[in-house]
Amino acid sequence: MKKLLITLFALLPSLVFAAGPSIPLDKANYDLTDKASLQNGAKLFINYCLGCHTMGYQRYERVANDLDIPDDLMLDNLMFTDQKIGDLMTNSMHKKQASKWFGAAPPDLTLVARVRGADWLYTYLRSFYADPRRPFGVNNTVFPDVGMPHVLEELQGVPNAVFETEMVDGVEHKTLVSIEADGSGELSKDEYNQAVLDMVNFLVYSGEPMRVERERLGIFVLGFIFIFFIIAYLLKKEFWRDVHH
Amino acid sequence: MSNAPVNTGRRMFLTATTAVVGAVGAAGVAVPFIKSWNPSAKAKAAGAPVEVDVSKIEPGQLIRVEWQGKPVWVVSRTDAAMKDLAAHDDKLRDPNSEEPQQPDYATNPARSIRPDIFVAVGICTHLGCSPTYLPDGFGELVEGVKSGFFCPCHGSKFDMAGRVFQNVPAPLNLVIPPYHFKDDNTVLVGVSEGDA
Amino acid sequence: MIKGLVTGVIDWVDARIPMTDTWNKHLAQYPTPINFNFWYFFGSLAMLVLVNQILTGIWLTMNYNPSAEGAFASIEYIMRDVEYGWLLRYMHSTGASFFFIVVYLHMFRGLIYGSYQKPRELIWVFGMLIFLVLMAEAFMGYLLPWGQMSFWGAQVIISLFGAIPIIGDDLTQWIRGDFVISGATLTRFFALHVVALPLVLVVLVFLHIVALHEVGSNNPEGIEIKKKKGSVPESELSPFKYHKQFSGKKDIVDAAPFFPYFVVKDVVGVAVFLFLFAGVIFFWPEGGGYFLEPPNFEPANGLKTPAHIAPVWYYTPFYAILRAIPDKLIGVIVFGSSVLILVFLPWFDRCKVRSIRYRSTLHKLNITQFTICFIVLGILGALPATPLYTLISQICSFGYFAFFALLFIYSKNEKCKPVPERITK
Repeated sequence: MKKLLITLFALLPSLVFAAGPSIPLDKANYDLTDKASLQNGAKLFINYCLGCHTMGYQRYERVANDLDIPDDLMLDNLMFTDQKIGDLMTNSMHKKQASKWFGAAPPDLTLVARVRGADWLYTYLRSFYADPRRPFGVNNTVFPDVGMPHVLEELQGVPNAVFETEMVDGVEHKTLVSIEADGSGELSKDEYNQAVLDMVNFLVYSGEPMRVERERLGIFVLGFIFIFFIIAYLLKKEFWRDVHH
Repeated sequence: MSNAPVNTGRRMFLTATTAVVGAVGAAGVAVPFIKSWNPSAKAKAAGAPVEVDVSKIEPGQLIRVEWQGKPVWVVSRTDAAMKDLAAHDDKLRDPNSEEPQQPDYATNPARSIRPDIFVAVGICTHLGCSPTYLPDGFGELVEGVKSGFFCPCHGSKFDMAGRVFQNVPAPLNLVIPPYHFKDDNTVLVGVSEGDA
Repeated sequence: MIKGLVTGVIDWVDARIPMTDTWNKHLAQYPTPINFNFWYFFGSLAMLVLVNQILTGIWLTMNYNPSAEGAFASIEYIMRDVEYGWLLRYMHSTGASFFFIVVYLHMFRGLIYGSYQKPRELIWVFGMLIFLVLMAEAFMGYLLPWGQMSFWGAQVIISLFGAIPIIGDDLTQWIRGDFVISGATLTRFFALHVVALPLVLVVLVFLHIVALHEVGSNNPEGIEIKKKKGSVPESELSPFKYHKQFSGKKDIVDAAPFFPYFVVKDVVGVAVFLFLFAGVIFFWPEGGGYFLEPPNFEPANGLKTPAHIAPVWYYTPFYAILRAIPDKLIGVIVFGSSVLILVFLPWFDRCKVRSIRYRSTLHKLNITQFTICFIVLGILGALPATPLYTLISQICSFGYFAFFALLFIYSKNEKCKPVPERITK
């Protein structure tokens, strides 16, 4: 019986991988305790994403408090003028118009990291490439035919796809091997990767803003239960001396 | 043989320790259940400080704003009303505002920062109704006092500084919320100066 | 002085309701076999999880909004804006999975030690009813977050009723209260999940325990601890005082009173359980995507099905059986039978020996293959169907039902090992 249980638990991780995506994703080494990274991610998100996407379950005030951003800085630099600090992070885009522009209304991004995973986001935001056949002139290897423009192009520069051509059975096969920015962006490649990582960090945070607190509290709870276990075990032993003579 | 456990010292000690640690654990578990009843972030956002433009209030006029879901009155007191305030101390329960119903900076005869602008929570200290403002007709209720507030629920009476009269059910003066002047024309209700 | 007052109050109550007598009959003087092993923790643990679900459930209801427009947002409101709302929510969502873990292990205990056999058939039947209601309860609860998995999971399961000839389509429409899953479905599921089914569950748990205490617990040896009155020498009787309802009719051996001995023992089990439970709540609340599924963090959208939908892990064994059958109606019938057949286990097993310890090798093999089939079905039910997986599912479904058929055949004249008279000898 024990063997069966062990087998069952051994199988579980393989299940998780079996359900994984087909395109290899880059690992996002985000750090929820890195306030500077989170602040930068928040700034980038608000400047580049919030115009179209909402973060409709999260409040500015929560972000300001959790990320150590002073309230007035938040109000003056990071919020739309008619909003209050306690408001949810929404925008004034109309869903119907948005559907017309993009084919579908841009989804809310509060929980996107919990739906897609950090690695997916990290890879996705670095996988846009110039493709003149698409309405916004860009395509994405992780999300083919994505309906969204490459909003971060001014940071990354124009990302050109590098193809490798192979002859397989007399037919030409084009495979995308890498994406190289043309250098017109504000950031170098490493800086751009870091900027994306900061943004992913912020999205992971916003998916579960209590996560750091949750894990901190968890340590105490587990420690307490462990102490209780020891005492309870000693108590049980003491009483059962009556039974096992 | 009976079921009475052999009460060795060790057994007593372990039983007591388990019970105490268990009780601490139960109390810990109760914390999230109890704390979840506090006002949520949404409620707090709705209860955030409120800005009021006082330049447009005519003398004698009262405007209501909502702060934390409660009616807050902002009254522009006339010179006559201010003069009246000192004339009826003997009819009041707490003329000198000794009860802590107001911030320190409003513990004065006019119960306000600026004598002409009166800010108060418009909820009767008896059972929570909102009194009616009587700018002229208050004299019928209290002789010699021209204006004041009258609670329609149980007949409590307050003067133009929100001080309660004697022989009414309300025990205390009206509550003065924390507030301050951002500039000459703007009152921020809900936060004292420097606490922002 | 205080002692006198307490005694006075107890006497006053006892003169009106049998408080002390009930305490003695069911706890302080209730004979319990002393050879319980770790499998016997899961009954009390199931009760603990039930209490957890009821309490956190009541608290979640305080901030949840059962409407198609507001449900999803209200969950995030609980997770973010309500103080410690996240903890209450994770306790509830993790509790659901742990409820099934505990209940499955509890059922497995009954299976291997023959706890369902005469005279304990009704305990098993009430237990199975609890399991059925629990499945319905969890299913309706899963719709409430109104995420993509909530919506499409409910869509698939409710559509099963459409397989019923003639009335099928009308029936599914009646269950949904609309042409698709909608706010109407959500509110009725909410009412059933928070009021109706919990009441039924509590009543069934009460009956389960009434039935248990009438006949007493089985144990890993499958040997009765209550012997014929006068058949046991005085020196070998259990040295504790038992309620006269037990000791008056029978000689009790190899037992100890439930209180304090099994209470202190269960508390140790509770501590271990809570350690694991809290570990998941605080460090692994999504359970690798099995306790909280990633697509469920996206609001329900009736126009877009997630790429891969699988039911929550605790339904997957039965779901795999459903998928293994290439015909809608027969699939649903087989699926329903796979759950219902468990209820009749006491009548499939005609052997007089209870515990696996004294039963034939054939029986041990049969239980092993049944367990393997069940686990494999559970794993396959969570994966996308491929031809190979479907074939394996079919084999395992066969193994699942074959367990009952074989048991019925061989158990009549099974070659068992001799069963000892006493647990301790």
